[in-house]
This record gives sequence, C-alpha cells and structure tokens, in this order.
Amino acid sequence: MKVYLKILSFFTPVIALAISFGLTTFILIMIDRDPVETFTLMFDYGTTGKSIVSILNRSIPLYISAVAVAVGFKMGMFNIGVEGQYILGALIAAQVGAVLILPRPLHVLTIFIVAAVVSGIWAGISGYLKVKKGVHEVISTIMLNYIGAGIVAYLLANVFFEKDENNSLKVPQTNYLLESGQLPPLNNILGIEDLPNLNSFIVGAVFVGIFYYWLVWKTSLGFDLRATGLNPVAAKFSGADPNKLIVLAMLISGGIAGLVGMSNLVGYFHRYTIDFPTGLGFAGITVALLGRNHPVGMALGALLISFLERSSQILDLNNIPKEIERIMQGIVILVVVVSYEVVRRYILTQEVKLASRMVDKDE
Amino acid sequence: MNTAINIENISKSFPGVLANDSVSFDIISGTIHAIVGENGAGKSTLMKILYGMQKPDNGFLKINGDIAKFQSPKDAISAGIGMVHQHFMLADNLTVWENIVLGIDSSNLSKIKKSKYIPDITDLSKKYSLPIDVNLTIDDLGVGEKQRVEILKVLYRGANILILDEPTAVLVPQEVEELFENLKNLVSQGVTILFISHKLDEVMEIADRISVMRGGQHVGTVSKETASKKILAEMMIGKDLPTPPSRETLISSENCLQLKDLRGEPSLGKIPFEDINLEIKKGEICGIAGVEGNGQRELSEAILGLYPVESGQIFLEDIEITKLSTRERRLTGISFIPEDRQSQGLVVESNLVENIILGKQSSNTYSSKFKNVLFKNASKNSKDVVDNYEVKTPNVQTLALALSGGNQQKFVVGREIDGKPTFLLASQPTRGVDIGAQALIWDKLKEARDMGLGVLLISADLDELLGLSDKLYVIYEGKLVKQLEPTEATPEQLGSYMTGLGI
Repeated sequence: MKVYLKILSFFTPVIALAISFGLTTFILIMIDRDPVETFTLMFDYGTTGKSIVSILNRSIPLYISAVAVAVGFKMGMFNIGVEGQYILGALIAAQVGAVLILPRPLHVLTIFIVAAVVSGIWAGISGYLKVKKGVHEVISTIMLNYIGAGIVAYLLANVFFEKDENNSLKVPQTNYLLESGQLPPLNNILGIEDLPNLNSFIVGAVFVGIFYYWLVWKTSLGFDLRATGLNPVAAKFSGADPNKLIVLAMLISGGIAGLVGMSNLVGYFHRYTIDFPTGLGFAGITVALLGRNHPVGMALGALLISFLERSSQILDLNNIPKEIERIMQGIVILVVVVSYEVVRRYILTQEVKLASRMVDKDE
Repeated sequence: MNTAINIENISKSFPGVLANDSVSFDIISGTIHAIVGENGAGKSTLMKILYGMQKPDNGFLKINGDIAKFQSPKDAISAGIGMVHQHFMLADNLTVWENIVLGIDSSNLSKIKKSKYIPDITDLSKKYSLPIDVNLTIDDLGVGEKQRVEILKVLYRGANILILDEPTAVLVPQEVEELFENLKNLVSQGVTILFISHKLDEVMEIADRISVMRGGQHVGTVSKETASKKILAEMMIGKDLPTPPSRETLISSENCLQLKDLRGEPSLGKIPFEDINLEIKKGEICGIAGVEGNGQRELSEAILGLYPVESGQIFLEDIEITKLSTRERRLTGISFIPEDRQSQGLVVESNLVENIILGKQSSNTYSSKFKNVLFKNASKNSKDVVDNYEVKTPNVQTLALALSGGNQQKFVVGREIDGKPTFLLASQPTRGVDIGAQALIWDKLKEARDMGLGVLLISADLDELLGLSDKLYVIYEGKLVKQLEPTEATPEQLGSYMTGLGI
C-alpha cells in the first residue's frame, strides 16, 4: 500500500469525528444553544481528574465486550448475545466466588475462569445450534439473551439470594466476595491521591486486547478464522473445518464476554446485585464497529463513548438537554461507519489502479 | 426473412481476457436460435451485451434493422428484448400476477389495481398458451411453472425477442418437453428466441439455427438441417488439435494417487460419479476430458475430502486417505488448483503474503510448534512465487483482488506447485487467462511433472489436455467412459465420447 493511502486510512476516524462535530453543532444551533459553550463545557468537565478515572473505569467492560463481539465478526459471525453471556457468567462467578475460600491470586483467578467458562458455554450453545441445526447465530444469541436474563432473575430471587438482618426478607443479591476475591484499586500502586478508585481490571482489559490481537493475527487458528470470515469457500478448500471453527469462535467469543462483568464484580460491587450494569453487551457491538475490530481502534472507541457519556452529565446543570449526547453518539457511529466504507472502497480502487499501471509499464 | 438481431463485429475484453473477439452473426425473426459453447467460450458476455448489461468495446448491434446502443437493460427492454435468467428473479411470497407487474406500475403510493392487470395477464397467458393460475403464490409453484412466470413477465413487458440462459439446467425431462412445446408456440406467434445451452441433444431438438462459440470467437452458424451432434461437438472443441510434444518418459513406477471403485454419494437423486478407477504414477499427468457438469467437480471435491464418498477408496502414495479430513489431506501433500480462483483459491481481500499461506496454514512451513503463523516464511515464499511465476504486482503486500486474472492464476499455480507437494489436482488451471499466462502455467506444470509430481488434470480445453497429459480419460455422466492415447486421439473421437455418443 502506498504511504498516502496508509495515512488516509489512519486519519479516517479523525475526519469522521470532525464531520460528527459539525453535524452536532448544526443541531445545537437549531435548538438555540451555543455550540462552543456546549463543547467547552463537555470538554472541561470530561477532562477533570475525576472524570478521567470514571471514563477509564467505564471503558474496561465496554472494551472487553467489543473484543468479544469482534472475535465473531472476524469470522463473519454476529454474536449479539454478549449481553446474556456476561450477566450469566458474572452471576455464577459471583456465587462461586462468594462461597470459595482461597488465597487471593487463586481466588480471583478462579472467579475469572468460572465467568469465562459459563459465558463460553452459553455462547457455545449458539455455535452448536448453528452447526447441528442450522439455526442462525443472530437468532439464537438474541433468544439466549432473554433466556439468560430470565435465569439470572430466577437464580437471584430463588437460589442465590441473601437474607436481610432479621433473616426474613430475601434480598436478590449474592453474598460479598471475601477480601481474597476482591481486586483493590490501582490508586495506591500508582500513587494517585484525591481521586476516585481506578479499577485494576484495566490490566485485564489490556491483556484481553493483546490476547485478541495475538489470536486473530498471529496464530494459525486466527488465520483460519479470518480466511473463513472473508471467503468461506476458499477457507473450506484450504482445509479449514467451518463447523469446528463456528463452535470454537463462539466459545472464544463467549469466554471473553465472560470477562465483561469482572471489573464490576471483583473491583467495585464485590457481589452480583440488581444494580449490576446491563446493556454492556449491546454497547460492545457499537464499539466494535467504531474500532473496526482493531484492538487499538476498539480501545479508542470505548474511550470515546465513555467520554461522551461522562462529559454530557454536566449539560443538564447548564440547561442544555443531556440527550444531545445520545444524538452525538448516534451521529458518530453513523458517520464513522459510512466513512470507513467510503475510504475502504477508495483504497481498493486505488490499489487496483496501482497494480494495473504497474502491469502496463511492464508490457 | 427479416433479421431480428444483427451482431456486427462485437468485441469485449476484460483485464487479461478477450471475452468476445469480433463476433458477427444474424438472428432471424421468428426462429429459435441456439448459442452453444463451453463455459468460458464467451456466450454469457455476448448475452450481457445483447441485454444491455455490458457495453461492447467495439462493434454494434442492430435490432430489427436499427442500430441499438444500450446503456442499461432498460434500453434493451424497451427495444423488445427480454431475458429469462437461469436463476429465477421472482419474489417467492408474492402471487404470479404481482410478480409479473412488479416494477411496472410507477404510481408509487397508490394501491396496485388487481382488476387492471389480471385480465391482461390472463389474456397473455392464453394467447401464448402458457397456462398459469395468476393468483397462486410463487412458493406454491414447481420449477417449470416458475419459469413460465418468468417468460410471461418478459412478454408482458412487450418483449418479442427472448433470451433464455441455460433454461433446461433446472428442469426435469418432462418439464423440458413442456418448455419446448411452449417455445415452439411462441415462435409460431412471431417471437424470436435465443437459446443458450451446452447440451447438444436439446439444441438439436429445439433450434432452427445454431451458432457455436469457442474461446470468445464465433466459430460458425449452421442450420438444423445441416448440423449434427458430431459436427457441433467438433466446432465446440476445435479441429486442429496440437500434436503433443514427444518426450522422454520420466514416469516412475511409484504410485502417487490411486482411486479404487470410487462412487460419490447421490445428491438430488443423481450419482455424481461412479466406478472411478485411476492410477496416477509419480511424474505422470493424467488428463480427464469432459463437458462440464459430468461429475468433474464432485470428483475433485471428493479427492479433497469435501464431497462425501459412498464407497471405494483413495490412496496417496499407497496410504489410504479416504477417511481423512481436508486439512489432513492437505498436510499429506495434496495440492489443488481450483477451477474458480476468486471464490475457491484466494481470499481476494487479503494480500499475497496471507494468500500464500492459504491451504498450508497448518503445515510446518507456516505454523510454528505453538501454532503461530510464520509470516517470515510466507513473506519469503510469496516473493519467490511472484518472481518465479512472473506474477505482475507492485509488491507482495498488494491485495489479491488488485491483480489481473492471469496474474492471480499464476500466483495460485505457483503456490500450489511450490513446496514439494506429493500430488497436484489441477482443475481448469488456465481457464479465463491470457495466452501468456497460459503458456507459463503449462510450462510450470510440465516442469513439476518432470521433477516427479503426479498430476490429475481436469479440463475442458483439449489443447491443454493433449499437450500435457501422459494418459487421457473421458468422463461422461460421472463415468470414465474411455481411455485414449493422447498421441493418437482425434477430435472426432474426443467429441463423440465427451457428448456421450461413443463410437
């Protein structure tokens, strides 16, 4: 690829963001609000120390969820079920973690493994159904979301509940993890004072990103996955077994999905409660699209979405409707996805031209 | 006799391929005119030009005497040309009449008036004796009926010249009979029909005149009275067969690939191939000649482990591989040049470095002990293939889709021959490539054979088969009907075996 094409490809998101800001400005003017003031407010508030910690903490599960979705995307499968996979994994892991007594690293690790295995199996059901029964994964993962949510609600109400002090009322939440099952915030290690807690599972998110990159771009299995995603017929002729890959991809995607809830479980709530955040599975799809399934791109996407969510909280106090942030998110996603496609096509035609020019010169 | 269409000197080229080379012939009004030729002979390009889907580089068309310059199928339709595609373009959940008027009514938001259309359509179906219940849903129709709807659809748009692209490919024999009755009826009412096929029996039965295409050229047009299957076969295949170059025999006594009583699992009630017995030695090219669709594809997929074998055995170097997976077979050293490089042989959206790995991703060359991809080897080998096989590309980071067809094919051939395979399955290795690439691929195949590679060459190109093969079989309806000496085979012989006549 020629250098200028590489630069173009790299700057696409920047251009897309600029367009999005332009469109948002237009909307702000239409509703009679000062765009400069709005953006300044958001930026100032979004870059305070408190906000930065909050943005990082929000980004952790978003990013992991995006990676889980991206594993499926890479082989042309849509795992829409990260949502159900992670809440189920988190609940079971929380319960197992609450009854275990183990030394710290082992305790925390066991919780992670239980979550990954449960979520992986939940996703694996979709893989199995696709291979054996021809059920499209979009249908089965969506359905399993509902079933997963139902199981979680049932288990919380009837099996894993906690009794209140009088031992009479059932409280729908698991018992606290022992201290050995909790991850302390990074603040002490990094020497951050006077700021909210920075979730130490951010390290886990980085590892997930590295694992994803290594798996998809560096291993033979990843090669099979990508080849199947781009040309399933050629992949089959090359010896890749599509059925095996479908199940494997769903297991891996689900396994990663299992880690989505971990920052909140071991680093914040230390139990599964009804306050446990939901919706992260769907948000992950957005982030995967924004980040073009690229490990770094998705990290930036997760940070961007978290930044918008956080910084918009200041708007209401200044009489600017906070919903403008929702609109911005929508615009950003739309513009980014469209510009990626436009640039991708442009680069393809340029490549074809370059190659044919080269042949003409030769002959 | 009026001519409905004059095709004057039409040429059309795509990167690396001359699809139509100065094609000229006439189609007489009110006749059934068949166009026959092997796949890749240029029939479909010519049809696309007639239907306005593609513009010729040179030459022009006259429709009913007037020069026609089609910008799109819309223009062709308004000139009275209608196309019945091989794959039906019908909305399954709509009724027959809805499908027929679909896209005609331009009053966007108003309700489409049933009463306005149904009588017209019923009249039309009566007029041309194409009986159909217009209120039935497409889903409830059989294949033959669906085709009738397609024909009605184009007639309703005012077509008086119908192009039928391989119309019998999807039909069972009785439906074929019905279709032919219908076509004869249409012609008696003044409609002109262009019938594209490669089935000579059918063409002889239905057509008034027959044009033969080969390698992008119009070989000739004969009338039904003067034609015979044999003459057509010869025209399709070509008369001047090359004399195979004499050479020292280097065929070893060691077995490379053996097929014993191989029989494919029936699909749609058909047995794709049976009684296949073949023995290919190291250093030998075994050619299989045949008209497409006689089991070649299924046989090659069975050798690769992608088509289920009902009975029989496959041996590679005397080791049975019948039960192995495709991946395991690839690892034992089976190489494969697919007939369709774009869909089967390349991931066109990836670069050449990634594509060199395809098919060998789990071999020691490209996979480390810990199952990491060895991109260093891939980078080196892709450069070697690009150099040795004269693949014209800016560099190996270029996406495969940026290469011309011939260069893509050279790359695929290089990838499959390099790295010492034990056996090579080459399916139409030079289809659709330019002459330069073809010569290079032939040389490389010979070279590999002389180095001791066993090759199964499946092809419809007799130049290729006779020029390369050490022994030659003809496949017809899934059976190896005849073994011929490549040095002695005549086009008459080949033509008659390939079309099932025998001698």
